[in-house]
Formats: sequence, C-alpha cells, structure tokens
Amino acid sequence: MTRKRMIHAINDALAEEMERDERVILIGEDVGASIFGDTRGLLDRFGPARVRDTPISEALLGGMAVGAAAAGYRVVCHLMYANFVYTAFDAIANQAARLRLMTNGQIRLPVTFIASGGGGRSNAGQHSDYPHTTVAGLGGIYVATPATASDAKGLLKTAIRTDDPVFFLQPTSRGGEMGEVPDGDHTVPLGKARIVREGGSVTIVAIGAMLRAANKAAEALSEEGIDVEIVDPRTCFPLDENLILDSVRKTGRLVVVDEARRAGSMAGPIAALVAEKVFDSLKAPIVPVTTRDLAIAYAPPLEQAMIPGPTDIIEAVRRISKESVT
Amino acid sequence: MIPNDPATRPIDFLRGMLIIRKAEERLARDFKSGSLPGPVHLYIGQEAVAVGVCSQLGARDWITSTHRGHGHFLAKGGDPAAMFAEVYGRRSGICGGFGGSMHVADVSKGILGANGIVGGGIGLATGAALAAQLDGSGQVGVCFFGDGAAAQGVLGEALNLAALWKLPLILICENNGFSEFSPTGRVIAGAIFERAQPFGVPARRVDGNDVEAVAAATADAVTRAREGGGATLIEAITYRLHGHVEGESAFLKTQYRTGDEIEHWRRDDPIGRFAALLEARGELDPEGFELLEQEVKKIIEAAADSAGNDPYPDVDSLDAHLLGAA
Repeated sequence: MTRKRMIHAINDALAEEMERDERVILIGEDVGASIFGDTRGLLDRFGPARVRDTPISEALLGGMAVGAAAAGYRVVCHLMYANFVYTAFDAIANQAARLRLMTNGQIRLPVTFIASGGGGRSNAGQHSDYPHTTVAGLGGIYVATPATASDAKGLLKTAIRTDDPVFFLQPTSRGGEMGEVPDGDHTVPLGKARIVREGGSVTIVAIGAMLRAANKAAEALSEEGIDVEIVDPRTCFPLDENLILDSVRKTGRLVVVDEARRAGSMAGPIAALVAEKVFDSLKAPIVPVTTRDLAIAYAPPLEQAMIPGPTDIIEAVRRISKESVT
Repeated sequence: MIPNDPATRPIDFLRGMLIIRKAEERLARDFKSGSLPGPVHLYIGQEAVAVGVCSQLGARDWITSTHRGHGHFLAKGGDPAAMFAEVYGRRSGICGGFGGSMHVADVSKGILGANGIVGGGIGLATGAALAAQLDGSGQVGVCFFGDGAAAQGVLGEALNLAALWKLPLILICENNGFSEFSPTGRVIAGAIFERAQPFGVPARRVDGNDVEAVAAATADAVTRAREGGGATLIEAITYRLHGHVEGESAFLKTQYRTGDEIEHWRRDDPIGRFAALLEARGELDPEGFELLEQEVKKIIEAAADSAGNDPYPDVDSLDAHLLGAA
C-alpha cells in the first residue's frame, strides 16, 4: 500500500495503462497543462502523438474518440469538467452508447470518457454538476464513480481495458484527498459495489464525494448508538443490485446519498429496486438525500446549503431510526 | 473498385451506379407495398457521388455515412443481400436486424456505418483519420455528409482540427438541395466548400452528377491525404430525386418543391447522363445499357427476394448486447 492523493492515483492509472498498451491514447483539452493534475507529465512521457491537446471542441472530441476507437485504438477522452459532457453528448449518447447494438457487435468501443464533477469549490452552475445518472440512463455505457484513491485507480485501469465505453466521473472536491492505494497492477471490476463500513441498523448508499460525508455522519451516529452500514456502488451503471439488496435485507432501512439533483439522482432507481425486491424487509421509508433541484449556486453558504453534507445524512438516518412501519 | 486500378473501367462506374439505383427502386416499391418496418431515405439521383468517391478508396479506407446511406454502403463494397436483410429487419442483415436502414455498417469493408444524426459521422471520420495517421498506414477517413450537416457546428470543429493536425480526412458534402424539407438556400448561408478556406483546407466544388468529375476530385484528395498533405473538402452538387423520406406526401400538407424542378434534374440524372456519354464516346453500345440495367436488376431483385425470406432475429439475441455480456 502507498498513501496517495486521488488525483495522483488517477495519474498513475493513466501512465500504467499507456505503458502497458501502446494502443492507448489520450485526447482532450489541455491534457498537457492538466488543470486537475490527473494527466500531468503524460505528454512529456508518452509524446504528442499519443497525448493530444485538442481545441475546445467537445462535439468533435467525443465523436473522434468513437471513430478512433472503432478504427482500433483504446481512447481516453478527457472532457475536463463534467458539465462539458453536455456539449459532447451527441457523441456519447447517440454514437458511443449505441454503436455496439446497432452494428450487432461489429463495432466495440474501448473509450473512456473521463471528467471531474461535483460542487464544493464555488465553480458555480456550469462547472459543478455530477451527471452520472444522465449518462447511466443511456444504457450502453458503464458509469464509474470512484470515491477513494484506490477505487479511482482500480476502476480507471479496468475502464481503459474494457472493450465498451465507460464514463469515469471523478469528484472534483476529493482529488486532493489521501488514501491507501494497493501497489502493483491494481484493478477494480466494473459493476461491483463495496461495503465501506459494516453496520446493522441503517444502510447508507453513498456515491462519489458523498462517501466522505457519509463516513463523517456514521462516526457521529455511532456515538448515538446507531451503527450504519455504508455501501459505495462504485459503478452506477450497471448497478451491483445484489450487494445493496443484501445490505437492506439486513438493516431494513435505507438512505441514499447522491450529489445529483433529486430529479435525476440514483436515489430513484435504487429506491425502486429496493421497493420491488425487498419490500418486506423495510422497516421505514427510504430517504433520498440529494442536491436540490436547482443549478448549483456560487456563494459558499448557498452552495453548501444545497449539496448534501454530514448533517443532512445524520438527520435522515435519525428520522428513520425512530420510525418503524412494522 | 481499387484506386488507380487500370481494371476500373467506365463501365464499372455505370454498373456501380445501377446497383444503387436498382436497390433503391426496389426499396421504394417495398415501402409502397408496406413491407418495410421503418423509414427509408433513398439515394436516387445521387449515385455518382458515392460511386465516384468510393472508386478511389481501398477496402481498408474508412467511410462514415448518413441517414441516406445505402449508396455509400453498396459503393464501398457492402453486400446487397445483407443490406436488404438489414432494412427488412432480418437476422441475416449486415447488423443482424439491430440497426436497420439508418445504421447499415460493415466494418470489414471499412464502412463505419450510416448514421441517423445529421453530422454524426463527422467526428467519427475524424477519429478514424486520426487512427490512420497514428498507424502510418496510408489509410484515409472519408466522411459523407449532406448540405444539412453543413449547419452543424461540428463541421467547423473538424475543419479546424484536421487542418491543425494534417489529418488524412476527406469531407464529402453531398449538396442535394434540401435539408430534409427545407431548400438549402433557406437554411445554409454562403457556399459550403468555402467553409474550408479560412482553415487553409483545400476545397472544391464539383458537379456531383458527373461520376468521373467526382472520382477525379477524390483522387486528388486521396493522394494528398495519403502523402501526409492533410484534409480536403469536396462539395458535390447533386439532387435528391426522391423525398427526404419515402411516404412523406402522407404527412406533408404543402409542397416544398415543384414538379418542374424535379423534371429539370431528372434530365441531369447521373446514370442516364453517363450512359449517354459512354455511347457518344463509343464505349457502350446503345443496347449495352439496357442489357447492363437488366442484368443488375436481376441480381438486385434476387438479393432482395432472398433477404425477404429470412427470419427475424430471436428476441433472446438482445441479451448479447447488454454491458457485461461477452
């Protein structure tokens, strides 16, 4: 194990995969300058043929990633801020996520769209979205949402080796966070959740940057005698349904914490899944803890108020710990 | 056809155009009889563009196509029976019935697919050209797009990047006079080929109903691209003799073009015109055209008849395209 910042773990994953397979190329705006640090040094190390600074042309960038992958390359397409997924969306939604089925598997697309999302830094309404569910709804593209340095590295390495498109969404506010990263060729499978903390009274499903808030909430709640279980889905599409269902079977209570807005958060599909499959296990209503259905505001107190934090999670857990529908 | 192959004779141009024409005429009849499951956008009148361009390409060169893509598919060597089966939604279709008319693709022939999104192929072809450049293979990426796609921003993005990177990209704009139901002049300002000039990308306008002119312009572009000289834009002026989509008169309440206009262009039909030219040059007997037309028609009708007898895909085959299925 080595202690590393998440952003450096991502950088390691990119470098290792480019080293491992010369067909891996990286394209994106300012991947040389690297505002987040995740692609830093790769241009010098692998050269301008494989690491390509592009114009600010997301529509083209996304399409180009698809075309180069169809023609035999393994493409990492860095979209910088996750909101820029929207400007690249035709390529992601109509091309990348569709071509495998439409061509009956003639075209497989090893493309990893990587972007940094989420609030907490006063980046305001067009640089703070966490649009994992927007992409998850497409059906033909994996959506990986790491919350730790270790998972970031392992998921990204798997994503790059996968023959289908993956949207790898890293939390902007957590890039600097330290974590233990296994040494060697560390990979994490797509579609597999992880139990972060074991507990018996309430299940908290926490996604991306929300894991830190959930951990803080769990510490506070344990002092009140509430032992929560925390599940990190790690991949939002396809979802590891069994692990979530097993946890709720055990605890009978569920809080879903997602930085996405309520209108399009994972709380909806996860609640539907639990209500359908383990309804009889539920002892209390399922509580979503999400961002409000608004554009992310700029001023720090406003932004802080609208994105879930430990207090929101603690309140949600307390509410259903007292309630019982049995 | 093989570029610069002395075996590529004028009669091959004529045969190539007739294959497309007879296939499209068959599909027009199929649509009228109600035997097609979905919409078809026919290429009748534009055959000289696909045949002229593809005559200069090898099997390993990439093309991307449009919703009006049957002509490109056939000219690039796609199998007529597999195309009919696809349009009929049959298991033996080139895409197993998963894609249909708007998505015919044969990667083994370099056909990255027809595309239902106007301008959707531009990014893909740019990516294929990038792959070719990285491979140093001398392959080219060719993008067929319509005048309607000239209104999409991604064209400007592609011209900018292809110029900067000297990509082996050939942009073929088929100006057929209409963006769906809007005459080009009402929705496109300026001359489309001139859009390349500010980027320093060589461009020219050709008579798109003159198969030899299209082939000659393409030959120059292919040579430049293969030699590392970068991209070219060719605007081929042609005319869509059929509607945007078969059966459009059923839902259109007003005419968007006159019968006189259609008649004017019918007299400039690329097939009749080229046959007359060959006769005038003494390269085709007067009865030679009729014989060729009958021969091609027989082959195409047989392909369509046989495809129409093929079974539909099994519903279970959908599972093969779920993420995670091998």
